[in-house]
Amino acid sequence: MTSLALTRESIARVRPGPAVAAVLIALFLLLFLVVPVVQVIFVAFQDKTTGSFTLINFADFFRNDLFMRSFWNSFYVSAMSVVVASALALPLAYLTTRFEFRGAVLIQSLGIIPLIMPPFIGAVAMQLLFGRNGTVNLLLRDHFGISIPFMEGLNGVIFVQSIHYFPFILINLSASLKNIDRAMEESAQNLGCHGFRLFRRIVFPLAMPGYVAGASLVFIKVFDDLGTPLLLNVNDMLAPQAYLRISSIGIADPMGYVISVVLIVCSLLALWVSALAMKGKDYATVQRGGGGLARRRMKPLELVAAYAVVLLILVLVLAPHIGLTLLSFATIWSFSPFPDAFTMKHYGTVFLESGQYITNTLLYASLAALLDVVIGTAIAYLVLRSKLPGRQWLDYIAMAALAVPGVVLGIGYLRSFYDVPMPFTGQPLSGFWLILVFALAIRRLPYALRACTAALQQVSNSLEEAAENLGATKLRTISRVVVPLMSGGILAGFVTSFATAAVELSATIMLVHSQSDAPLAYGLYVYMQSAAGRGPGAALGVFAVVIVGLGTYLSHVIIERGRRERGQDH
Amino acid sequence: MSRTLHGVAAALAVLLASSTAAFAQDPSGKLVVVTSFPKDLTSAFQQAFQKAYPKVTLEVLNRNTNAGVKYLQETASNNGTDLFWASAPDAFEVLKGANLLQAYKPKVEGIPEKVGAYPINDPEGMYAGFAASGYGIMWNSRYMKANELPAPKEWSDLAKPVYYDHVAISAPSRSGTTHLTIETILQGEGWEKGWRTNKEIAGNYRTITERSFGVPDGVNSGSFGIGIVIDFFALSSQASGFPVEFVYPTVTTIVPANIGIVKNAPNKAAAETFVDFILSPQGQEVLLQPAIRRLPVNPATYAKAPADYPNPFKDTSLGSQVNFDVEVSQARYNVVDALFDQLITFQLDGLKAATRAIHQADAALAKKPNDKAKALLAEARDLVAAMPVTAQEAADPQLAGAFTVERKSATDAVPERQAQVEQKWAAFAKDNYAAARKKAEEALALAR
Repeated sequence: MTSLALTRESIARVRPGPAVAAVLIALFLLLFLVVPVVQVIFVAFQDKTTGSFTLINFADFFRNDLFMRSFWNSFYVSAMSVVVASALALPLAYLTTRFEFRGAVLIQSLGIIPLIMPPFIGAVAMQLLFGRNGTVNLLLRDHFGISIPFMEGLNGVIFVQSIHYFPFILINLSASLKNIDRAMEESAQNLGCHGFRLFRRIVFPLAMPGYVAGASLVFIKVFDDLGTPLLLNVNDMLAPQAYLRISSIGIADPMGYVISVVLIVCSLLALWVSALAMKGKDYATVQRGGGGLARRRMKPLELVAAYAVVLLILVLVLAPHIGLTLLSFATIWSFSPFPDAFTMKHYGTVFLESGQYITNTLLYASLAALLDVVIGTAIAYLVLRSKLPGRQWLDYIAMAALAVPGVVLGIGYLRSFYDVPMPFTGQPLSGFWLILVFALAIRRLPYALRACTAALQQVSNSLEEAAENLGATKLRTISRVVVPLMSGGILAGFVTSFATAAVELSATIMLVHSQSDAPLAYGLYVYMQSAAGRGPGAALGVFAVVIVGLGTYLSHVIIERGRRERGQDH
Repeated sequence: MSRTLHGVAAALAVLLASSTAAFAQDPSGKLVVVTSFPKDLTSAFQQAFQKAYPKVTLEVLNRNTNAGVKYLQETASNNGTDLFWASAPDAFEVLKGANLLQAYKPKVEGIPEKVGAYPINDPEGMYAGFAASGYGIMWNSRYMKANELPAPKEWSDLAKPVYYDHVAISAPSRSGTTHLTIETILQGEGWEKGWRTNKEIAGNYRTITERSFGVPDGVNSGSFGIGIVIDFFALSSQASGFPVEFVYPTVTTIVPANIGIVKNAPNKAAAETFVDFILSPQGQEVLLQPAIRRLPVNPATYAKAPADYPNPFKDTSLGSQVNFDVEVSQARYNVVDALFDQLITFQLDGLKAATRAIHQADAALAKKPNDKAKALLAEARDLVAAMPVTAQEAADPQLAGAFTVERKSATDAVPERQAQVEQKWAAFAKDNYAAARKKAEEALALAR
């Protein structure tokens, strides 16, 4: 009797709206993430000789020196990248949100640019500038007889990764800082707390959700990033080991898939730890009117110091783009600090050949990012606000996408959708361009989800309750109160998803079925495979950066205007 | 009445016949080619082909060789690809083994059976060679000048102490072309001596790249000085203006790059036309373009080549030193890759440390001879060169079985799992390199 009553009660508590949303999202994740991945990784649990279930492959993993070394290297590189990325992001976020600072918007926008580094090119440009025989070291050797091993071995990976991914921390941290209630700061000041102590005891702890969200993204992303270590020829890390195993012909043994499973488990662990760190703490701020930290004018000397720090960091993080731009105008650049001569020729080549790539990319990336923020907001809301049983799993599964190597997803899609013919045309479903959009959306969903979750964490439950007490329906409350209050976080999610989807390669390379459907990253890949293609490739890369940068800036402007109109500007 | 009917039928028959005839001569429709070749090569052929056959729309899909093979395997059930076009003959062997190609005998006359010691076409006609390539050494002349390095000539030159930390290669497990280079050295010098040479060169590696193009790319930009590459990478870099040079060592293999028609090709007629086109004089001439620079398989085409163009049909020294045995290579293909990875790629730090110690001891001994130190040094060298498996063992199907995917039946016994074998080899290499380093350091102490 009691148990029946309980069930009925718990059913009564589950509203139909959230339940329907949850089921739809679960179906989407199942179809486009779980099934394709399981199709691939079940090999990890298969005995090679008999085909029966086994764990022996995992035992092999832990007994193998190379894999263990790779494991520790990956861990070390990820942790160090978080440290270096924090060192880059903290000053920028703090200065721009805490002080009257001209060009704060510029810094916030420029800060996103590193995320738009197309594959292949970032590492190439960094080698040209900072490598053993790059610009910096050639100049240092000529003038001072020294060289600095920026790019040697693991150093190079940490250097490139932290420059590439620090915007995750910057964006999420800035969003958090902006949402802190000014009253908190003022009360602390009234109680006599100021300066660094104020930052350490009040501001930073309140901004924790954003920082932790960003830092955990950086950690996981670096942990299973493939492109950078591969391009720097660092093979003894986990993701490259998985990739080398999976993509080599003839060595189709289970170990590649075992490593994929290990990657997925480690990423989930990192997320769990970050969730644990946030547990039992309430970061929501009730009052919105005077939100955001008080901005202070800087003294002249402080201003000079601040500008110096910001400029230094910007030059450093924009180095790959500077290198890329030089390369796109260079005739020959070989073992010399700067190119031999400059030319416009490469832009001409790209202009004639690559229009289709650019329109495809814009279409795919914006659709994928839109899908991401819609699903991300929904999951965040379900997890934090609803009482649906198993809601946490939506979050876990969506985040697991972060840990699925693109190649695995690509192969999984081919396996799952190739034999399904499309209605009317009869072509394989995996060749349909929308499948590319779904692949991109799944790959980038975790970014949007973390940003949306952090944003929602800062919106107090009592605001919703107030709206509902005043008679608003749930849907109306969400659309008129919750989502507008989350808009900063949602924008951050959209921008990161869009920008990174625009330059994604590893999954798309498996799924491109025709040139006319190919995105930009594929075009870059094609160019960068030949000596003569380097210049045009770099030029196409510059196009990519400019277009995605403009798109980002525009969406920023639109959302800011919307906020201002609703009187939420601070 | 019946006459009109007859007339109509006759007219229809004529129409039908003429249209099929036109179809046979003049193919049309979409032709899908999966290729690993760079845009420079594919777009040049694309232009030439579309000019000759304007009714065919050529769709080129770029994938690296391994990904291309995977793609064809995964999509075989509903195939949409007509042609596979890539360098490494062994990738075609994999496709042939998986029954994914169909035989076609090109109609073009005048193409010899062999280039160097390598057969141009697959004996069963599953794929055809259309361009030849040889392996050699390329270097950046600015880099060499700045570091005061002499130009290398032979593979063994690369083992000299002067090149320490200056050489690069791509992993044979990642690049079919590098695999052939390594296999050529093994066949040319024998298993034991070949591996000794390979490891002595490897001691001087600066890096081992993941893509084959990573090597010419690094040499071009000057990240490292010397690269072991396939000829066209060097020749086309040179033609693009990079300050690089190239040489064929005496022990090299000239190998054909190939094209094959995919089984159940949707547009078989156009596929056959394309194969014939690239073998025709018109198609072969495209290979001579500066950005491509591959060796035509049609000897007549060399008449139109620039003066210094290498010609394997005339210059008999090119690629004829080694009689490349495809069957030997096939039998130990995966084993050689795994050995290289476990003994060299993933143990590079240990190998380099041992090599450096040996170089230093050698230099000290040259100044101050010492018999005991000399013996120690020889031991150190033997430790580096030692192999965990013999040539017989490497060709043993039991060992190869640990590296293959297919299990024919549940009762097929695989004696050891790949991961186990690899761990054994890695431990062997690690211990040997550490011991070699210690011995070399002892020798150095004695010689001082």
